[in-house]
Amino acid sequence: MNYNEFKKTFIEKSGFAAELITEAGEEVYIKTNNENYLDTCLLLHRGLVSPVMIYFAEDNTKSREVYTIYCGFLGKQIKKWVFAVLDVDKELKEFPSIAKNIVSGQLFEREIKEMFGLIPAGTPDQRRLRLHEEVWPEGFYPLRKGFVKPEKTRGTGKEYTFDKIEGEGVFEVPVGPVHAGIIGPGHFRFSVAGEPIINLELRLGFTHRGAEKLFEGKTVNDSIKLAECVSGDSAFAHGLAFALAAEKACGVTVSERTKLTRGICLELERIYNHVNDIGGMAVDVAFSYPSALASLIKEIILRLNEKLSNHRYLKGINAFGSCDFALSLGKQEEVVRILEQAEEDMKILKEILFSSVSFMDRVDTTGLLRRKTAEDFGIMGLAARAAGIKTDLRTVFPGVYMKTSFMLARQEKGDVLARLNVRFDELSVSLRLIKEFMSLLSEQPSEEKLNPAVKEGTGVGCCEGFRGPVIYWVKLDKDGKVERCKIVDASFNNWQGLSYCVLGNIVPDFPLCNKSFDLSYSGGDL
Amino acid sequence: MNNIYNIAKARLEKGIVTEEINLIGEELRSEIQKKFSRSLYIREVDTGSCGACESEIISATNPLYDIQRFGVDFVASPRHADALLVAGPVSLNMSVALKKTYDAMPSPKFVITAGDCALDGGPFKGSYYIEGGVGKIIPVDFHVPGCPPSPADLMKHILLAVKNIQIK
Ligand code: SF4
Repeated sequence: MNYNEFKKTFIEKSGFAAELITEAGEEVYIKTNNENYLDTCLLLHRGLVSPVMIYFAEDNTKSREVYTIYCGFLGKQIKKWVFAVLDVDKELKEFPSIAKNIVSGQLFEREIKEMFGLIPAGTPDQRRLRLHEEVWPEGFYPLRKGFVKPEKTRGTGKEYTFDKIEGEGVFEVPVGPVHAGIIGPGHFRFSVAGEPIINLELRLGFTHRGAEKLFEGKTVNDSIKLAECVSGDSAFAHGLAFALAAEKACGVTVSERTKLTRGICLELERIYNHVNDIGGMAVDVAFSYPSALASLIKEIILRLNEKLSNHRYLKGINAFGSCDFALSLGKQEEVVRILEQAEEDMKILKEILFSSVSFMDRVDTTGLLRRKTAEDFGIMGLAARAAGIKTDLRTVFPGVYMKTSFMLARQEKGDVLARLNVRFDELSVSLRLIKEFMSLLSEQPSEEKLNPAVKEGTGVGCCEGFRGPVIYWVKLDKDGKVERCKIVDASFNNWQGLSYCVLGNIVPDFPLCNKSFDLSYSGGDL
Repeated sequence: MNNIYNIAKARLEKGIVTEEINLIGEELRSEIQKKFSRSLYIREVDTGSCGACESEIISATNPLYDIQRFGVDFVASPRHADALLVAGPVSLNMSVALKKTYDAMPSPKFVITAGDCALDGGPFKGSYYIEGGVGKIIPVDFHVPGCPPSPADLMKHILLAVKNIQIK
């Protein structure tokens, strides 16, 4: 299916006039109203075979007396982002909920409600996500334009109630927000009957720092710096997604050199994180030797990052319109040597893990995430690929990946082992890709750092981070400052995948399941 | 199988255990000997960090730094801790948990903050949902700057802290 065919079918089925559909590069915006909003979303959801990928509101009350809602789907075949757009009356503050029909939209609607005070009419769940009720008073909506911070927080007299799971012998295990390890904060409430977990309720939001609001009013380059602090292990992916969005909004095209350098960084980030997660899984079954080896490989890649970009987490190298490190021939050879050594070590790591019967016993069939569940909840990225879903933004919007031997890694089963296997497969792909990018890069002329002009506009920027898509929707005002910035990290919806995959497993396997997803607290909480 | 372990061991020996780390480490060990009878136990709390600070703290325990060999370890309970190491700008949702963790530690105790966020909010300064630094909630004794501070920075500053702390 190409885009024109899609558009024709869509118009036939929906009866929409063609003027309601606006195209802007890889983005398509379809204007809807209260009556046809749900139907449009359903058409897109089914027609494009996509969960809700990004769904947010924008405060346009000053200019047009409305809030505007965007519900975005990914057209894998037509290679476009397609948004259903709905204006919500400034006084009425209500829009039709789609969550009953499209489950993957549910968390987003809760987010819109708490951040903007817009009611998704008919939604099955209206609870807050991040502004905890014991902390944040009623009636303060941070992402509205005229928002003023409440004078007093905490002591609201309200409390969060967890679902009560009752029955003979059922007991609860509360964990967090402060965990035993050196790890982000979140609260997990397990209901357990004997050994198996029968329910897991996650309460997150502990790392909410109001990131989206902080972008507002910032210049694009300052925003890239901030984006790099949204989720530290995906610093580059977040910075890149913002840069791409801003570049699209301003109609800036970047050089081949920049694209290749960005490709290298994105893959380096994937490598150190995948290795880290594999080591983490070994830690969680108390298999200390491979975990130490993995931490060593990670350190070597972090040092390589520093050598190339002057920062162990690749911060500060990306900018609006350019991204470059001077890669002399000698340096390139050194990089290849380091990567080859890392590859050797990874082989050893894999051999140790896969030849240990007790390790395999722990990961095989543990933490099963069924494909149907993954599709319903809009699970993205690595966790989705391990459950048989063939989505990777590197194939949807390939860019420089087109010139490489990139191959999508996928498994069918959806258990911890499948996620481990996808990681190992992606590691070898990434190592190969970096070498290919570097040889392409050596053919490119060196260049001056550009400083392209900013202007008013909107754009979507996205890339496939190590755990899945990182998506930014950015609107710049006439001075080129950020007016609205919506961030989606794969962690946001994927936490739900974790809470389903542990059902029927024993509590001691929870850390293993958790590590096999390795989700970002800060990326989900923003 | 044995063979595999040997290969990996060879890699480890070739690794870059820099002189600097060893020097800091040895000094750290002797200071800890003097003041904390052989071991310094640290409890880490993330109050809304981006995760990179944690990643670097964990890195300090990898075989190249191996901070444990000098007598520093990270413990699971505040009850076991001599010091609290805190990262993140303290999101409003975390201030109570931070305070409770601090209160659960036995005295004498001290607090080190890691990363720009923990000092004053860092990149998140001015946000509606942060306290703007750990010092707003509990008394802070030392700070490790950086975004994130590297494992070597952390070791250097833990050494400084141990040197300067007055145990009452
Ligand atoms: S100081 Fe920097 S690295 Fe540390 S938590 Fe804050 S943003 Fe992340």
